[in-house]
Amino acid sequence: MTTAQQQAITDLITKMADDELILGHRNSEWTGLGPIMEEDIAFSSMAQDKIGHAWALYRILQEQLQGQDPDQFAFMRAEADFKCCHLVEMPIGTYDFSLMRHFLFDHAEAVRYDSLQQSSFEPLQQLSRKLKGELKYHTLHADAWIIQLCRAGEESYNRLQAALETCLPLAFGIFEPAKEEQELTGANIYPGERALFERWMDNIYPVLVNASLNMPDPAGISPQFGGRYGEHTPHLRPLLQEMGEVFRLDPTANW
Amino acid sequence: MTTDITIDNIYKALEQVMDPEIPVLNVLDLGMITGVALEADMVHIKMIPTFAACPAVSLIQQNIQTTVEKTTGLLVQVTVDKEVHWESNRLSAAAKEKLQHFGIAAPQVHEGELRAEIMLNTPCPHCSSKNTYLRSPFGSTLCRAIHYCKDCGIVFEQFKPVG
Repeated sequence: MTTAQQQAITDLITKMADDELILGHRNSEWTGLGPIMEEDIAFSSMAQDKIGHAWALYRILQEQLQGQDPDQFAFMRAEADFKCCHLVEMPIGTYDFSLMRHFLFDHAEAVRYDSLQQSSFEPLQQLSRKLKGELKYHTLHADAWIIQLCRAGEESYNRLQAALETCLPLAFGIFEPAKEEQELTGANIYPGERALFERWMDNIYPVLVNASLNMPDPAGISPQFGGRYGEHTPHLRPLLQEMGEVFRLDPTANW
Repeated sequence: MTTDITIDNIYKALEQVMDPEIPVLNVLDLGMITGVALEADMVHIKMIPTFAACPAVSLIQQNIQTTVEKTTGLLVQVTVDKEVHWESNRLSAAAKEKLQHFGIAAPQVHEGELRAEIMLNTPCPHCSSKNTYLRSPFGSTLCRAIHYCKDCGIVFEQFKPVG
Protein backbone atom coordinates (compact mmCIF):
# COMPACT_ATOMS: atom_id res chain seq x y z
CA MET A 1 0.00 0.00 0.00
CA THR A 2 1.31 3.48 -0.86
CA THR A 3 1.62 6.21 1.77
CA ALA A 4 -1.13 8.22 0.07
CA GLN A 5 -3.42 5.19 0.22
CA GLN A 6 -2.60 4.66 3.88
CA GLN A 7 -3.49 8.25 4.65
CA ALA A 8 -6.73 8.05 2.70
CA ILE A 9 -7.78 4.84 4.38
CA THR A 10 -6.94 6.20 7.83
CA ASP A 11 -9.15 9.18 7.02
CA LEU A 12 -12.00 6.91 5.86
CA ILE A 13 -11.88 4.67 8.94
CA THR A 14 -11.56 7.64 11.31
CA LYS A 15 -14.67 9.34 9.95
CA MET A 16 -16.68 6.11 10.00
CA ALA A 17 -15.61 5.36 13.58
CA ASP A 18 -16.16 8.93 14.80
CA ASP A 19 -19.71 8.88 13.39
CA GLU A 20 -20.40 5.65 15.27
CA LEU A 21 -18.87 6.87 18.52
CA ILE A 22 -20.71 10.19 18.56
CA LEU A 23 -24.08 8.81 17.46
CA GLY A 24 -23.61 5.93 19.92
CA HIS A 25 -23.18 8.50 22.66
CA ARG A 26 -26.22 10.45 21.50
CA ASN A 27 -28.35 7.28 21.35
CA SER A 28 -27.34 6.46 24.91
CA GLU A 29 -28.89 9.76 26.00
CA TRP A 30 -32.29 8.07 25.45
CA THR A 31 -31.53 5.54 28.20
CA GLY A 32 -34.16 6.11 30.85
CA LEU A 33 -36.00 8.66 28.71
CA GLY A 34 -37.46 6.61 25.84
CA PRO A 35 -41.12 7.31 25.06
CA ILE A 36 -41.94 3.63 25.73
CA MET A 37 -39.80 0.97 27.36
CA GLU A 38 -39.10 -0.93 24.12
CA GLU A 39 -37.70 2.25 22.55
CA ASP A 40 -35.62 2.99 25.62
CA ILE A 41 -34.09 -0.48 25.24
CA ALA A 42 -33.76 -0.17 21.45
CA PHE A 43 -31.85 3.12 21.53
CA SER A 44 -29.67 1.83 24.38
CA SER A 45 -28.89 -1.38 22.45
CA MET A 46 -28.09 0.53 19.29
CA ALA A 47 -25.83 2.81 21.34
CA GLN A 48 -23.96 -0.24 22.56
CA ASP A 49 -23.65 -1.62 19.02
CA LYS A 50 -22.39 1.68 17.64
CA ILE A 51 -19.76 2.17 20.30
CA GLY A 52 -18.66 -1.44 19.75
CA HIS A 53 -18.37 -0.79 16.01
CA ALA A 54 -16.37 2.38 16.67
CA TRP A 55 -14.01 0.39 18.89
CA ALA A 56 -13.54 -2.29 16.20
CA LEU A 57 -12.67 0.40 13.62
CA TYR A 58 -10.24 2.19 15.98
CA ARG A 59 -8.62 -1.22 16.56
CA ILE A 60 -8.02 -1.56 12.81
CA LEU A 61 -6.31 1.85 12.86
CA GLN A 62 -4.17 0.71 15.78
CA GLU A 63 -3.28 -2.74 14.44
CA GLN A 64 -2.91 -2.02 10.71
CA LEU A 65 -2.17 1.69 10.35
CA GLN A 66 0.07 2.64 13.29
CA GLY A 67 -2.82 4.27 15.12
CA GLN A 68 -3.14 4.96 18.83
CA ASP A 69 -4.82 2.96 21.57
CA PRO A 70 -8.61 3.18 20.90
CA ASP A 71 -9.47 4.68 24.31
CA GLN A 72 -6.77 7.35 24.03
CA PHE A 73 -7.84 8.13 20.47
CA ALA A 74 -11.53 8.36 21.40
CA PHE A 75 -11.25 10.37 24.60
CA MET A 76 -8.09 12.49 24.37
CA ARG A 77 -8.32 13.88 20.85
CA ALA A 78 -8.90 17.57 20.15
CA GLU A 79 -12.25 18.57 18.69
CA ALA A 80 -10.71 19.65 15.37
CA ASP A 81 -9.26 16.15 14.90
CA PHE A 82 -12.71 14.55 14.96
CA LYS A 83 -14.13 13.74 11.52
CA CYS A 84 -17.76 13.03 12.33
CA CYS A 85 -20.53 14.59 10.25
CA HIS A 86 -22.89 17.22 11.69
CA LEU A 87 -25.90 14.88 11.68
CA VAL A 88 -24.52 12.76 14.53
CA GLU A 89 -23.51 15.78 16.62
CA MET A 90 -27.00 17.21 16.99
CA PRO A 91 -28.67 16.89 20.40
CA ILE A 92 -31.34 14.17 20.64
CA GLY A 93 -34.14 16.74 20.49
CA THR A 94 -37.56 15.15 20.32
CA TYR A 95 -38.16 11.49 19.54
CA ASP A 96 -39.24 12.21 15.94
CA PHE A 97 -35.89 13.88 15.24
CA SER A 98 -33.89 11.04 16.82
CA LEU A 99 -35.92 8.42 14.96
CA MET A 100 -35.49 10.16 11.59
CA ARG A 101 -31.75 10.62 12.20
CA HIS A 102 -31.47 6.93 13.12
CA PHE A 103 -33.36 5.95 9.93
CA LEU A 104 -31.25 8.11 7.61
CA PHE A 105 -27.92 7.35 9.27
CA ASP A 106 -28.35 3.61 9.65
CA HIS A 107 -29.36 3.16 6.03
CA ALA A 108 -26.25 5.13 5.04
CA GLU A 109 -24.17 2.91 7.27
CA ALA A 110 -25.75 -0.23 5.87
CA VAL A 111 -24.84 0.69 2.26
CA ARG A 112 -21.32 1.60 3.36
CA TYR A 113 -20.67 -1.74 5.06
CA ASP A 114 -22.42 -3.57 2.26
CA SER A 115 -20.04 -2.05 -0.29
CA LEU A 116 -17.02 -2.73 1.94
CA GLN A 117 -17.70 -6.45 1.69
CA GLN A 118 -15.96 -6.15 -1.69
CA SER A 119 -13.11 -4.02 -0.34
CA SER A 120 -9.56 -4.93 -1.30
CA PHE A 121 -8.48 -3.83 2.22
CA GLU A 122 -8.95 -7.08 4.08
CA PRO A 123 -9.48 -5.88 7.67
CA LEU A 124 -12.38 -3.67 6.55
CA GLN A 125 -13.79 -6.42 4.37
CA GLN A 126 -13.78 -8.88 7.30
CA LEU A 127 -15.31 -6.43 9.74
CA SER A 128 -18.04 -5.37 7.32
CA ARG A 129 -19.16 -8.98 6.89
CA LYS A 130 -19.65 -9.20 10.64
CA LEU A 131 -21.37 -5.85 11.15
CA LYS A 132 -23.77 -6.14 8.25
CA GLY A 133 -25.87 -8.79 10.00
CA GLU A 134 -26.14 -6.63 13.12
CA LEU A 135 -27.06 -3.50 11.17
CA LYS A 136 -29.96 -5.33 9.61
CA TYR A 137 -31.78 -4.96 12.94
CA HIS A 138 -31.12 -1.23 13.05
CA THR A 139 -32.68 -0.58 9.64
CA LEU A 140 -35.50 -3.03 10.38
CA HIS A 141 -36.25 -1.13 13.58
CA ALA A 142 -36.10 2.29 11.90
CA ASP A 143 -38.28 1.28 8.92
CA ALA A 144 -40.94 -0.29 11.15
CA TRP A 145 -41.32 2.80 13.35
CA ILE A 146 -41.22 5.32 10.50
CA ILE A 147 -43.99 3.45 8.66
CA GLN A 148 -46.10 2.82 11.78
CA LEU A 149 -45.91 6.39 13.04
CA CYS A 150 -46.67 7.88 9.63
CA ARG A 151 -49.90 5.86 9.59
CA ALA A 152 -50.76 6.67 13.21
CA GLY A 153 -52.44 10.04 12.72
CA GLU A 154 -51.97 13.59 11.62
CA GLU A 155 -49.70 14.78 14.41
CA SER A 156 -47.16 11.96 14.15
CA TYR A 157 -47.19 12.16 10.33
CA ASN A 158 -46.60 15.92 10.37
CA ARG A 159 -43.83 15.59 12.91
CA LEU A 160 -42.01 13.00 10.82
CA GLN A 161 -42.38 15.02 7.63
CA ALA A 162 -40.90 18.02 9.47
CA ALA A 163 -38.12 15.84 10.93
CA LEU A 164 -37.29 14.55 7.43
CA GLU A 165 -36.94 18.11 6.14
CA THR A 166 -34.74 19.08 9.10
CA CYS A 167 -32.54 16.00 8.82
CA LEU A 168 -31.95 15.80 5.06
CA PRO A 169 -29.33 18.58 4.68
CA LEU A 170 -27.52 17.08 7.67
CA ALA A 171 -27.82 13.54 6.28
CA PHE A 172 -26.47 14.65 2.88
CA GLY A 173 -23.42 15.78 4.89
CA ILE A 174 -22.63 12.12 5.68
CA PHE A 175 -21.45 11.87 2.07
CA GLU A 176 -19.06 14.83 2.08
CA PRO A 177 -16.35 13.84 -0.41
CA ALA A 178 -12.78 13.36 0.74
CA LYS A 179 -9.88 15.02 -1.10
CA GLU A 180 -7.96 11.78 -1.43
CA GLU A 181 -10.95 9.68 -2.42
CA GLN A 182 -9.56 8.55 -5.77
CA GLU A 183 -6.68 6.88 -3.92
CA LEU A 184 -9.28 4.48 -2.53
CA THR A 185 -11.71 4.15 -5.42
CA GLY A 186 -8.83 3.40 -7.81
CA ALA A 187 -7.59 0.58 -5.59
CA ASN A 188 -11.08 -0.88 -5.04
CA ILE A 189 -10.90 -0.12 -1.33
CA TYR A 190 -14.30 1.54 -1.42
CA PRO A 191 -16.65 2.93 -4.09
CA GLY A 192 -16.57 6.63 -3.08
CA GLU A 193 -19.13 8.92 -1.45
CA ARG A 194 -21.08 9.73 -4.61
CA ALA A 195 -21.78 6.05 -5.33
CA LEU A 196 -22.77 5.43 -1.71
CA PHE A 197 -25.09 8.45 -1.76
CA GLU A 198 -26.92 7.12 -4.81
CA ARG A 199 -27.35 3.65 -3.31
CA TRP A 200 -28.58 5.22 -0.07
CA MET A 201 -31.20 7.26 -1.94
CA ASP A 202 -32.35 4.08 -3.72
CA ASN A 203 -32.77 2.32 -0.34
CA ILE A 204 -34.52 5.04 1.64
CA TYR A 205 -36.90 6.08 -1.12
CA PRO A 206 -39.22 3.00 -1.05
CA VAL A 207 -39.57 3.31 2.74
CA LEU A 208 -40.46 7.01 2.46
CA VAL A 209 -43.04 6.17 -0.23
CA ASN A 210 -44.48 3.39 1.95
CA ALA A 211 -44.79 5.91 4.78
CA SER A 212 -46.31 8.52 2.38
CA LEU A 213 -43.58 10.99 3.30
CA ASN A 214 -42.65 13.58 0.69
CA MET A 215 -39.04 13.62 -0.37
CA PRO A 216 -38.04 17.23 -1.11
CA ASP A 217 -36.22 17.78 -4.41
CA PRO A 218 -32.59 16.81 -3.65
CA ALA A 219 -31.38 19.53 -6.04
CA GLY A 220 -32.81 22.14 -3.68
CA ILE A 221 -31.01 20.83 -0.62
CA SER A 222 -27.62 22.24 0.33
CA PRO A 223 -25.71 19.57 2.26
CA GLN A 224 -24.25 20.54 5.61
CA PHE A 225 -20.57 19.83 5.03
CA GLY A 226 -17.46 20.52 7.12
CA GLY A 227 -17.46 17.71 9.67
CA ARG A 228 -15.09 15.51 7.65
CA TYR A 229 -12.53 18.35 7.75
CA GLY A 230 -12.79 19.07 11.46
CA GLU A 231 -15.31 21.91 11.29
CA HIS A 232 -18.07 21.09 13.73
CA THR A 233 -21.33 22.42 15.15
CA PRO A 234 -21.26 24.02 18.63
CA HIS A 235 -22.89 20.80 19.92
CA LEU A 236 -19.80 18.60 19.59
CA ARG A 237 -17.57 20.30 22.17
CA PRO A 238 -19.85 19.82 25.21
CA LEU A 239 -20.50 16.23 24.13
CA LEU A 240 -16.76 15.47 23.96
CA GLN A 241 -16.22 17.10 27.35
CA GLU A 242 -18.91 14.98 28.94
CA MET A 243 -17.90 11.77 27.18
CA GLY A 244 -14.25 11.95 28.21
CA GLU A 245 -14.74 13.44 31.66
CA VAL A 246 -14.19 10.26 33.66
CA PHE A 247 -11.46 8.92 31.38
CA ARG A 248 -9.42 12.11 31.67
CA LEU A 249 -9.42 11.93 35.49
CA ASP A 250 -6.79 9.22 35.07
CA PRO A 251 -5.95 8.35 31.45
CA THR A 252 -3.65 5.51 32.47
CA ALA A 253 -6.18 3.73 34.72
CA ASN A 254 -7.04 0.11 33.98
CA TRP A 255 -10.75 -0.62 33.64
CA MET B 1 6.41 -31.82 30.73
CA THR B 2 4.92 -35.10 29.57
CA THR B 3 1.27 -35.04 28.80
CA ASP B 4 -1.43 -37.39 27.59
CA ILE B 5 -3.89 -34.59 27.00
CA THR B 6 -5.83 -34.96 23.76
CA ILE B 7 -7.91 -32.60 21.66
CA ASP B 8 -10.98 -34.41 23.02
CA ASN B 9 -9.99 -33.47 26.59
CA ILE B 10 -9.82 -29.83 25.54
CA TYR B 11 -13.28 -29.96 23.96
CA LYS B 12 -14.60 -31.58 27.15
CA ALA B 13 -13.13 -28.70 29.15
CA LEU B 14 -14.70 -26.16 26.79
CA GLU B 15 -18.11 -27.66 27.56
CA GLN B 16 -17.67 -26.22 31.04
CA VAL B 17 -17.27 -22.63 29.84
CA MET B 18 -20.73 -21.07 29.94
CA ASP B 19 -22.00 -17.83 28.41
CA PRO B 20 -22.35 -15.26 31.24
CA GLU B 21 -25.58 -13.91 29.75
CA ILE B 22 -27.21 -17.25 28.86
CA PRO B 23 -25.80 -19.59 31.51
CA VAL B 24 -27.34 -22.76 30.01
CA LEU B 25 -25.20 -22.48 26.86
CA ASN B 26 -21.50 -23.21 26.66
CA VAL B 27 -19.08 -21.74 24.12
CA LEU B 28 -19.33 -24.84 21.90
CA ASP B 29 -23.15 -24.74 21.89
CA LEU B 30 -22.91 -21.14 20.73
CA GLY B 31 -20.49 -21.97 17.90
CA MET B 32 -17.92 -19.56 19.30
CA ILE B 33 -14.93 -21.87 18.95
CA THR B 34 -13.32 -21.91 15.50
CA GLY B 35 -10.13 -23.82 16.19
CA VAL B 36 -8.28 -25.89 18.79
CA ALA B 37 -4.63 -26.82 18.31
CA LEU B 38 -2.44 -28.79 20.67
CA GLU B 39 1.31 -28.34 20.68
CA ALA B 40 3.95 -29.89 22.93
CA ASP B 41 3.24 -27.75 25.97
CA MET B 42 0.71 -25.28 24.73
CA VAL B 43 -2.92 -25.10 23.63
CA HIS B 44 -4.10 -22.57 21.05
CA ILE B 45 -7.80 -21.82 20.97
CA LYS B 46 -9.46 -19.55 18.42
CA MET B 47 -12.80 -17.97 19.25
CA ILE B 48 -15.27 -15.50 17.74
CA PRO B 49 -17.62 -13.11 19.56
CA THR B 50 -21.35 -13.35 18.82
CA PHE B 51 -21.86 -9.57 18.52
CA ALA B 52 -19.04 -7.09 17.82
CA ALA B 53 -20.06 -5.02 20.85
CA CYS B 54 -20.64 -7.98 23.17
CA PRO B 55 -19.41 -6.76 26.57
CA ALA B 56 -18.74 -10.33 27.72
CA VAL B 57 -16.06 -11.18 25.13
CA SER B 58 -12.98 -10.61 27.26
CA LEU B 59 -14.61 -12.34 30.25
CA ILE B 60 -15.41 -15.39 28.10
CA GLN B 61 -11.90 -15.35 26.68
CA GLN B 62 -10.50 -15.33 30.20
CA ASN B 63 -12.88 -18.09 31.35
CA ILE B 64 -11.79 -20.29 28.45
CA GLN B 65 -8.14 -19.80 29.37
CA THR B 66 -8.57 -20.50 33.10
CA THR B 67 -10.85 -23.52 32.62
CA VAL B 68 -8.70 -25.20 29.99
CA GLU B 69 -5.49 -24.45 31.89
CA LYS B 70 -6.97 -25.99 35.02
CA THR B 71 -8.11 -29.15 33.24
CA THR B 72 -5.04 -29.73 31.11
CA GLY B 73 -2.25 -28.23 33.17
CA LEU B 74 -0.96 -26.69 29.95
CA LEU B 75 -0.43 -23.07 28.98
CA VAL B 76 -3.44 -21.82 27.00
CA GLN B 77 -3.58 -19.00 24.49
CA VAL B 78 -6.99 -17.73 23.36
CA THR B 79 -7.16 -15.46 20.33
CA VAL B 80 -10.03 -13.83 18.47
CA ASP B 81 -10.37 -15.28 14.97
CA LYS B 82 -10.97 -12.47 12.49
CA GLU B 83 -11.40 -14.68 9.47
CA VAL B 84 -14.63 -16.28 10.60
CA HIS B 85 -17.67 -14.23 11.52
CA TRP B 86 -20.32 -15.53 13.86
CA GLU B 87 -23.88 -16.07 12.66
CA SER B 88 -26.84 -17.61 14.46
CA ASN B 89 -26.79 -20.66 12.16
CA ARG B 90 -23.70 -21.70 14.14
CA LEU B 91 -25.87 -22.61 17.14
CA SER B 92 -26.02 -26.39 17.55
CA ALA B 93 -29.32 -28.32 17.66
CA ALA B 94 -28.60 -29.12 21.32
CA ALA B 95 -28.14 -25.41 22.00
CA LYS B 96 -31.54 -24.60 20.53
CA GLU B 97 -33.22 -27.18 22.73
CA LYS B 98 -31.48 -25.82 25.84
CA LEU B 99 -32.61 -22.31 24.91
CA GLN B 100 -36.27 -23.42 24.58
CA HIS B 101 -36.12 -25.03 28.03
CA PHE B 102 -34.60 -21.85 29.41
CA GLY B 103 -37.65 -19.92 28.07
CA ILE B 104 -35.88 -18.20 25.17
CA ALA B 105 -37.04 -18.92 21.62
CA ALA B 106 -34.29 -20.21 19.33
CA PRO B 107 -33.25 -18.31 16.17
CA GLN B 108 -34.76 -19.59 12.94
CA VAL B 109 -32.30 -21.04 10.43
CA HIS B 110 -31.71 -18.52 7.64
CA GLU B 111 -30.08 -18.73 4.22
CA GLY B 112 -27.41 -16.05 4.20
CA GLU B 113 -29.28 -12.79 3.72
CA LEU B 114 -31.66 -12.12 6.59
CA ARG B 115 -35.14 -10.91 5.66
CA ALA B 116 -37.60 -9.16 7.99
CA GLU B 117 -40.23 -11.91 7.56
CA ILE B 118 -38.05 -14.37 9.42
CA MET B 119 -38.88 -12.55 12.65
CA LEU B 120 -42.63 -13.08 12.27
CA ASN B 121 -44.60 -15.94 13.85
CA THR B 122 -41.71 -17.04 16.05
CA PRO B 123 -42.94 -20.10 18.01
CA CYS B 124 -43.65 -19.26 21.65
CA PRO B 125 -41.24 -21.19 23.93
CA HIS B 126 -44.04 -21.62 26.50
CA CYS B 127 -47.04 -22.87 24.48
CA SER B 128 -45.47 -23.43 21.00
CA SER B 129 -48.10 -21.21 19.35
CA LYS B 130 -47.04 -19.37 16.22
CA ASN B 131 -49.68 -16.72 16.81
CA THR B 132 -47.01 -14.24 17.93
CA TYR B 133 -45.60 -10.90 16.84
CA LEU B 134 -42.32 -9.06 17.19
CA ARG B 135 -42.56 -6.31 19.79
CA SER B 136 -39.01 -5.09 19.39
CA PRO B 137 -35.88 -6.32 17.61
CA PHE B 138 -33.90 -5.28 20.73
CA GLY B 139 -34.07 -6.96 24.13
CA SER B 140 -32.28 -7.23 27.44
CA THR B 141 -28.99 -8.21 25.76
CA LEU B 142 -27.68 -7.50 22.24
CA CYS B 143 -28.48 -11.04 21.08
CA ARG B 144 -32.15 -11.01 22.08
CA ALA B 145 -35.41 -9.71 20.57
CA ILE B 146 -38.79 -9.33 22.33
CA HIS B 147 -41.96 -11.06 21.07
CA TYR B 148 -45.53 -11.36 22.32
CA CYS B 149 -47.63 -14.53 22.25
CA LYS B 150 -51.27 -13.74 21.48
CA ASP B 151 -52.41 -17.19 22.64
CA CYS B 152 -50.86 -17.43 26.09
CA GLY B 153 -50.49 -13.68 26.58
CA ILE B 154 -46.82 -13.88 27.55
CA VAL B 155 -43.99 -11.62 26.44
CA PHE B 156 -40.99 -13.76 25.55
CA GLU B 157 -37.43 -13.28 24.36
CA GLN B 158 -35.77 -14.79 21.33
CA PHE B 159 -32.10 -15.37 20.54
CA LYS B 160 -32.26 -13.42 17.31
CA PRO B 161 -31.24 -14.74 13.93
CA VAL B 162 -28.13 -12.95 12.62
CA GLY B 163 -26.68 -13.39 9.13
